[in-house]
Amino acid sequence: MQKSFAMAALLAASCGAQAASDADLAAIRAQIDDMKKTYEQRIASLEKKLAEAEDQAKSAKPAAEVKAALATVAVTPAASASARASGFNPEVSLILQGQYKNMKDVAERGITGFVPAGGHDHAAGAIEGINKRGFSVEHTELVLAANIDPYWRGQAILALADGEVEVEEAWFQSLAIGHGVGLKGGRMRSGIGYLNEQHPHMWDFADAPLMYRAMFGEHASYAQDGLQLKWLAPTPVFLEFGAEVGRGANFPGTDRNKNGAGAGAIFAHIGGDIGASNAWRAGVSYLKTKASERGAHFEDINGAEALGAFTGDSATWLADFVWKWAPNGNPKYQNFKFQTEYFQRREKGDLTCSDDEGVGNTCDPLADGSSVTSGYKTRQSGWYAQGVYQFTPQWRAGLRYEQLDSGTRDFGANAANLVVDSYRPKKASAMVDYSWSEFSRVRLQIAQDKSMFGITDNQLTLQYVMSLGAHGAHKF
Amino acid sequence: MKHFIFACFFGLTVGTAQADLRIFATVPEWGALAQEIGGSKVKVYTATNAFQDPHRIEAKPSLLAQARQANLVVAAGADLEIGWLPLVLRDSGNSGIQTGQPGYFEAANFVNRLEVPATLDRAHGDVHAAGNPHTHLDPRNVLKVGEALTARMAELDAPNAAAYRSGYQAFAGKWQTAMARWQKEAAPLKGVPVLVHHASFVYLLNWLGMKEVGVLEPKPGIEPTSGHLTSLLARQQSTPAKMVLRAAYQQEGPSQWMAGKTGMPAVLLPYTVGGTPEAKDLFGLFDDTVQRLLKGAR
Repeated sequence: MQKSFAMAALLAASCGAQAASDADLAAIRAQIDDMKKTYEQRIASLEKKLAEAEDQAKSAKPAAEVKAALATVAVTPAASASARASGFNPEVSLILQGQYKNMKDVAERGITGFVPAGGHDHAAGAIEGINKRGFSVEHTELVLAANIDPYWRGQAILALADGEVEVEEAWFQSLAIGHGVGLKGGRMRSGIGYLNEQHPHMWDFADAPLMYRAMFGEHASYAQDGLQLKWLAPTPVFLEFGAEVGRGANFPGTDRNKNGAGAGAIFAHIGGDIGASNAWRAGVSYLKTKASERGAHFEDINGAEALGAFTGDSATWLADFVWKWAPNGNPKYQNFKFQTEYFQRREKGDLTCSDDEGVGNTCDPLADGSSVTSGYKTRQSGWYAQGVYQFTPQWRAGLRYEQLDSGTRDFGANAANLVVDSYRPKKASAMVDYSWSEFSRVRLQIAQDKSMFGITDNQLTLQYVMSLGAHGAHKF
Repeated sequence: MKHFIFACFFGLTVGTAQADLRIFATVPEWGALAQEIGGSKVKVYTATNAFQDPHRIEAKPSLLAQARQANLVVAAGADLEIGWLPLVLRDSGNSGIQTGQPGYFEAANFVNRLEVPATLDRAHGDVHAAGNPHTHLDPRNVLKVGEALTARMAELDAPNAAAYRSGYQAFAGKWQTAMARWQKEAAPLKGVPVLVHHASFVYLLNWLGMKEVGVLEPKPGIEPTSGHLTSLLARQQSTPAKMVLRAAYQQEGPSQWMAGKTGMPAVLLPYTVGGTPEAKDLFGLFDDTVQRLLKGAR
């Protein structure tokens, strides 16, 4: 670097004098040859400058421009050399999130007509977390990300809660495959649907849509350990295809001790702009997984508790659409976002009904440990639609409506033992939020939740979301 | 081999000859510069327009689709696009335009940046660690970036290297002449104190020797508040400004309020190519900027 600086100074001086002798030029050329091996590219331009300077010297033109150019060349490496070793530390950001919630005290909060994802451990409630009333700090999210080398990038998202650290995501992503191919490996949120990849701090409402809770439970997102391959088509219209294989340990599947893949997913996205002001994306996704003795709490025809264990296939279709509008495509002052998603899930297999609590239910009337196994076939669906309008740089307001359909639930012979709920859970929410900056936000949400049969729960949530550290980039 | 497998996997034909150098410019000014240098040899896609705040763009599907096919990404750099460009690059599946590759070019790396913060703390707002990223409004920077960009384009597209160099030479010649004219015309602006909406004009003011005496935003990236505007108004007594400047993409309300209270003109500057009807290209951008400033200072 010092050498190049000296060279630059020498050249600048000789050009500036406009009287470089043949001997000087020969010396400079010799030096250039010497450095060529290491600085080949830079030297090429220097040589060109030198030639130009010679021409210019003859025609007695000012060489100021050349001097400036040389100065730039000499200074650039100096600037990058100032980076310190700690500059290699990963980008760190921390999400602080908490809330105050007012709602009814329901012992086992769930969604009527849908199998609770939380399993049959009802000590903590069917869906943990969302049951908390009053003040609570939701999990604190720690994000670490960095380029690993020129070929890979890595990211980990850790959820810190009382007494535990959960690895929400931990993956590497390819940077150097090219041809539109992206490979991701590790634990990741699946690319299915629209909201699935988004962490709670990116949500536009204080809670996830019922649909996501019914599909995937507490986290309202499907994540698995595995591989994801994406391909972006070389077309002016955004066209993306993806496929995933993985362990499939999470609901609606279960962890199974086996070789090979436990779950697979495919998805396709299409999107683009309409004029400068509108952008949209639409997608379809499919998730296939298997469950083995997936336990859930049922109610027998006499109202006693029963354990139902499902073994079989679970297949989910999703369709999503997002449309964003901003005047001239400048979302800072005003923008509107509409999003909607639909899902349909089919499950087919066997259901084994037993009495794990020893309450003497219809599956095991003599309480002798017997059980009843029958066929099990369901087809369920649901959707939500929401719109959020940002009317000033700081304020946004939004509405969301959602509905599920418990659909057909064929319990075979167990229909004689268990209650088969048929219900259409509904929920309507309205929110308004205020952001001091890109990094801090408070939100007030009111909702009427009819997700449980016979209960109309009017909920009020006051929530904050703060992000510290590295400036994250959010997906569309 | 790896490439071959992926190509076969998706039934692609890879390596079809490409006539043009496809350039993805994040902002209009650098898109315009690439066009000046490349002429008919390049195909320039500009990701944003003059009415969009370049800090607050989203990683839209259309941007991913364009980045996928680009040979060269020309960014402003210095973290201006940090909220969206990294995501666009990574999700594009385009290995040539990743950070550190020849296909990724940051203009801010080739100029002397101003306002590099001594301490990094978000209590000071959305500060850019690498300094003020709005470097293009000093025409001397345009030349520096142009020279570096020409070298990069020549490197990526060697067969057209000569055309890029001559394109740049022609541009630089015209630019030198124009710069001398602007400097002459703008001579009366020297020392003129101004207020600005956001620190978008630091390089412009530095070039013309004008003085920034206040910013309407209380902190970078935070919209003007009535309290802060009132305090600026009070300061007008001791350090009077002669006009209040804003870019085409910024709200007019705060500067109009200031203008109404003080009687000084609120001047809209194109900020980048396309910001006003006159700012059709880089020359028009500076012609119009100087004219609007002169009108405001009268």
